Amino acid sequence: MSRPAAIVGIGQTKHKKRRDDVSLPGLVREAAQRALDDAELGWTDIDAVVLGKAPDPFEGVMMPELSMADALGAVGKPIMRVHTAGSVGGSTALVATHLVQTGIHDRVLTVAYEKQAEGNAQWGLAGGRSGGMGAGGIFAPWMRSYMARAGAPEHIGWMVAVKDRRNAAKNPYAHLQMPNLTIDEVKDSPMLWDPIHWHESCPSSDGACAMVITTEDGAARSPHPPAWVLGTAMRSELGTFPGRDPVRPQAGVECAHLVYEAAGIRDPRQQVDIAELYVPFSWYEPMWLEGHDIAGPGEGWRMVESGETQIDGSFPVNPSGGVLSSNPIGASGMLRFAETALQVRGRAGEHQVPDATVGLAQAYGGAAQYFAMWVVGSTLDAVDQKR
Amino acid sequence: MDDIAIIGYAQSPSQRRAELTEPQFLFPVISEAIERANVERRDIGFTCAGSCDYLSGQTFAFVMNLEAVGAWPPISESHVEMDGAWALYEAWVRLQHGDIDVALAFGSGKSSPGDPSEIYPLQLDPYTLTPLGADPVSMAALQARAMLDKGTITEQEMAEIAVRSRTNAANNPYAQVRGSGDVDTLLREPYVTAPLRRHDLPPISDGASAVVLATADKARAVCERPVWIRGIDHRIEPHQPGMRDLTESISTRQAGRHAGIDHGPVEVAELSATFSHQEKLLREALGLGDEVQVNPSGGALAANPVMAVGLARIAEAARAISERGVSRALAHATSGQCLQQNLVCVLEGA
Repeated sequence: MSRPAAIVGIGQTKHKKRRDDVSLPGLVREAAQRALDDAELGWTDIDAVVLGKAPDPFEGVMMPELSMADALGAVGKPIMRVHTAGSVGGSTALVATHLVQTGIHDRVLTVAYEKQAEGNAQWGLAGGRSGGMGAGGIFAPWMRSYMARAGAPEHIGWMVAVKDRRNAAKNPYAHLQMPNLTIDEVKDSPMLWDPIHWHESCPSSDGACAMVITTEDGAARSPHPPAWVLGTAMRSELGTFPGRDPVRPQAGVECAHLVYEAAGIRDPRQQVDIAELYVPFSWYEPMWLEGHDIAGPGEGWRMVESGETQIDGSFPVNPSGGVLSSNPIGASGMLRFAETALQVRGRAGEHQVPDATVGLAQAYGGAAQYFAMWVVGSTLDAVDQKR
Repeated sequence: MDDIAIIGYAQSPSQRRAELTEPQFLFPVISEAIERANVERRDIGFTCAGSCDYLSGQTFAFVMNLEAVGAWPPISESHVEMDGAWALYEAWVRLQHGDIDVALAFGSGKSSPGDPSEIYPLQLDPYTLTPLGADPVSMAALQARAMLDKGTITEQEMAEIAVRSRTNAANNPYAQVRGSGDVDTLLREPYVTAPLRRHDLPPISDGASAVVLATADKARAVCERPVWIRGIDHRIEPHQPGMRDLTESISTRQAGRHAGIDHGPVEVAELSATFSHQEKLLREALGLGDEVQVNPSGGALAANPVMAVGLARIAEAARAISERGVSRALAHATSGQCLQQNLVCVLEGA
């Protein structure tokens, strides 16, 4: 059985370098309470909770769903904990969606978080070993490889950084607020992992995101417009083996095609109004535009250069400011999913893309090997309206 | 809910210290489960894993386990930082969509590299409980003491449970602690942490388990004796031990009711009673009488591969049905200290 599922409540915390004002349960509760408030539901209305985050050693708390059960209102209910590396926020939302679509539960609260200031994210990202290269160290050669393959000029990465940081200035929850960042400032900032300058890298954030997902009946009772889940997909592949293409991973290509098919999308560039893609380093914007067949080979960076991915462009990418502006890792994927839902509900505030009715969200993780995606619409036939 | 069947299962022998890495000992277990299910790897429409980074002492440890699945070409896959029984739950949910017909769930854990008494305090509330350094044995001892004080169990009964578990395990090739002295001998042993003696504790184990699930039509097509999942549910209780009555397992009772255990008589119950006294507590929560055979495999007191042990209970309950002619069985998995979170799965033959 598969029945429609809708997002009727969305909440997130203010993302910051360090949220010393809240405990771990306080952080998740802040986002969850906002999602419930948005849906005008109470804790007792929720049937089940699905929690996601990146590795437990980031905060030093093992299986945190146990100590957060009370704060998440899960006592007496089912609660699950998902962990699929950087894509986890997306996969967590998908597990929650599946619980509604299959008729198991009617109202599911899904929450994802990271409180990175509690630990050392670079250590964690290096597999808990010392002397690691960090995520940037792993991805940088693949970005260089993309640049060579696509013939992309250096300034594309700088443009993405400026766009996302300026978008973030329209999003009160975003961590980095740099409304006046310039191309020169990005270019002149310290080189971290060639080609990634300081301003082309994501920050390390404390933050959480939550959504309430429900049925058609639940959506009908919702005080605000719902966002409908029109398609979901997950794909994983091995991180390293001879012949693998890490620049355009096959799992990413397949995941995209699956989600397009599920949502009835034939031409994503025409039929999607807004995309939130997991871009922790500037170059991943053109890489995913091509890696998910939104743009043809060598066309992704041209979309950036021509301004198409700007908030007022023909294919806005990360109007929220994206991972480049807020990166509580475990929540970063769910923020992509939640932001697309906000957009098609028309509730994104200052970073709203006018008349957005179809949104595409993507989260990726590991060595660019885990992918989770969804397409959401303002109505169940939002994609059909664009044929 | 659509009926979903278990069509294949496998486990590794439980060992105190596996020389192989987790993906290495996981690989043959997954292969065996798939082979027994009479399907091919490419038939699997969804895979879900259960494991814990903290056991390996390494962030993203689960990523390595993808090697054992053989994720190429790319697969549809997820991972829970929970016992494999919850991975099976997610796979069961995924199959309810009806667009795929076979799913794989597995759980694996290697406890040997770490010191459980150092690791598990990190599973407690980081502000109020972790600093106390309470390890699983201390927490379980509090629970056993509460039961003794209330008069719901005796040390003699605890030893009897241990003797029966270890005796049952003598016939289980996957068990780690097999065979036992008599009750009087065990009761002469000193306490490890009063009121718990060595026999009340689980062994420290490395191991893995895997289960292959299928939709009804697919199960009938490939399997002579599918084992049907008639109900599955899981519930959690408050975290602070002081907020709970440790002599009861309310969440197990809730999960059992939602899984429909009272829709018929239970013949076999495989319970994740990691400490001897918990078996009695779970029996009462699930309303299991003396006629119910509990842990014919030896249970968690004979083999405790954390993150795989709950899924192994489901595999053992399925085995009782498919290989020993039992018609209705239940399996139980747990997470957290003193049975904070519990899952119940009801299985039936034809």
